Amino acid sequence: MSLKQRAAKELEIQKKLVGLPPRQIYPSTAFLAIITPILSILVALLIAALILFVSGRDAIFILSEIFRTSFIQNFAETVVKAIPLILAALGVALAFRARLWNIGAEGQFYGGVLASTGLALSFPNLPALVIIPLMVAGGLLGGALWGLLPGLLRAKLEVNEIISSLMLNYVALLLTDYLIFGPWKDPEGRNFPVTATFSDESRLPTLVEGTRIHFGLVFAIVAAGLVWLLVGRTKWGFELKVMGDNLKAARYAGINISRNIIIAFLLSGALAGLAGMSEVTGVAGRLQQNISPGYGYTAIIIAWLARLNPWAIIMVAILFGGLVSSGFTMQRVGVSSGLVTLLQGILLFCVLGGESLYRRLLYQAALRRSNLTKES
Amino acid sequence: MAGEIDVVQTLATTVAAGTPVLYATLGEILTERSGVLNLGLEGMMLVGGMAGFAATAVTGNVFIGVLVSLAAGAALALIHAFFACSIGVNQVVSGLSLTLVGTGIAAYFGRSLVGQPAADSFQTIKIPVLSDLPVVGPILFSQNLFVYFSFLLVPALYFFIYRTRPGLNLRAVGENPATADAQGISVVGTRYLYTMLGGALVGMGGASISLGSNPNWQENITAGRGWIAVGLVIFALWNPWRALVGAYLFGGLEALQFSLQVAGVPISSYFLRMLPYLLTIAALVFTQWRLKDQAGRASSAAPSGLGLFYLRRERG
Repeated sequence: MSLKQRAAKELEIQKKLVGLPPRQIYPSTAFLAIITPILSILVALLIAALILFVSGRDAIFILSEIFRTSFIQNFAETVVKAIPLILAALGVALAFRARLWNIGAEGQFYGGVLASTGLALSFPNLPALVIIPLMVAGGLLGGALWGLLPGLLRAKLEVNEIISSLMLNYVALLLTDYLIFGPWKDPEGRNFPVTATFSDESRLPTLVEGTRIHFGLVFAIVAAGLVWLLVGRTKWGFELKVMGDNLKAARYAGINISRNIIIAFLLSGALAGLAGMSEVTGVAGRLQQNISPGYGYTAIIIAWLARLNPWAIIMVAILFGGLVSSGFTMQRVGVSSGLVTLLQGILLFCVLGGESLYRRLLYQAALRRSNLTKES
Repeated sequence: MAGEIDVVQTLATTVAAGTPVLYATLGEILTERSGVLNLGLEGMMLVGGMAGFAATAVTGNVFIGVLVSLAAGAALALIHAFFACSIGVNQVVSGLSLTLVGTGIAAYFGRSLVGQPAADSFQTIKIPVLSDLPVVGPILFSQNLFVYFSFLLVPALYFFIYRTRPGLNLRAVGENPATADAQGISVVGTRYLYTMLGGALVGMGGASISLGSNPNWQENITAGRGWIAVGLVIFALWNPWRALVGAYLFGGLEALQFSLQVAGVPISSYFLRMLPYLLTIAALVFTQWRLKDQAGRASSAAPSGLGLFYLRRERG
């Protein structure tokens, strides 16, 4: 019996025992997939407007100003912000597929940043054709390394991966601060906590003239395709899905769970690391404090809102790229950038609530129908 | 070494630094005992701390500040309770959303408070006679009211959870909601109640920083303490006494890093500041490793219904 058949049979047995199919992470109806996010975003904007209004701000002006700058005037900047978001969200989605809560994308992002920065600072004289692939490898490895510990601990000792991956975010930030305030500080930087500027050879090339859109966009789209293939078209991807839907079924089907957990965390971290690498070499060109405005956390929301679908991740990431790049606009109109975080949380709540209420309504409708048939 | 480490002073700081985490851990224990997993601790602590600080600034009364922080924590927890218990969304994601909402609210509404000195704060109160005891006196009895209240809260919660009828109901709802329901206990009502009570304690944990151990306001004043508390709940195996141990371990590291810096030990402060986070991971590893032979490890100690949505299924 093939793996697929065995898993299907296990699910059948589960269904009979429990009476209901195991809970799915994502609903399937096409209508639901389109209408809920749109309605939810509208509700979220309404709540944001209300908060602005209550605190005595011109809500309509602020929100329309954010929309205008992020999606019309400076759309290129939105795409720039979307690049790391896509990569990190793909990684997060890969782990979520197996119900592994990798909340550590932020730390893994910094893992990639530190590895590629180290390479760029150590080899300023290498030609681009050598140093760029080296930094890509470094970024992937740095991120993977940062994801290894939570994966390993979860696989071998069942240590809660939410906490372990999140704790490492703080460790990564402190390590970064140590390096840029200490050994990596630019000697000519007038005591600012920044590294020296990278050589031109170790900068990712610009993709669109006159904007900051860089080659990382290609990484992001290629990665989306690869993740799509890996998750949807390979045996390993199917194993991940079985693990996510029903861990017991996966175990009975003979899936090597602990190996898959480790690989999922390594890949997840590697993608976040690549995000970090492309950000530091494609945009900043040197390492400075707060190089990530919380990309790793935003990536979690994106992955969830996109229902872990790689192509949807690209779309949702562009939306959130606009939100992230609006931080500057908010400063200009005098609103705390805390509003960006707040808006992200409200959005997530609205989408979650919309989905669940809708599913609940479907369920109740089905229940009523079955009761009616019984009575007649 | 340039100086010496004052052990008594370090231990006193341990207790003071552990108290905010202790409140957050106790609050989450109460919530998780009812079967609700609320990961929004970081957000609730921040909002509690910010709201308490702001209310104190407006009214000039720290006790009103504490009340407001309790209410703020409970209000945020109410959002989670609604999503987790009434409409049954994934509790991990709902908790993460709550973290973002809380962090955002604290940053947005707290912006004008940054850098303001606290209008009032809880001062150290030396308990007569007891504070004169050698060693124990300065460590345990020369603290602020937050610390003293936590001394009462830990045994009270332990007694409540294990020795009273409502505590039994609480555990029943967390362990086996269907059975509790059949016994006539309102599962959803109980979960709402303890999610909000837990949230109130977490909110007060935030205030015990901004009105107690570090009386001022800055963005992300909690620095991950909410998340550390989530980890400590597992380390504590959902037991208030063990939560005290975990929180003081954390506090000890904070105090130690402070003392080491004062003593001029040549370790970069950045590495010292990593210790609490690494300790949290180590504590979880230790917990799992010690329970190695039990099936499911720490999950065997967790309330069986933790994180699962309970929907009464009518069968006709």
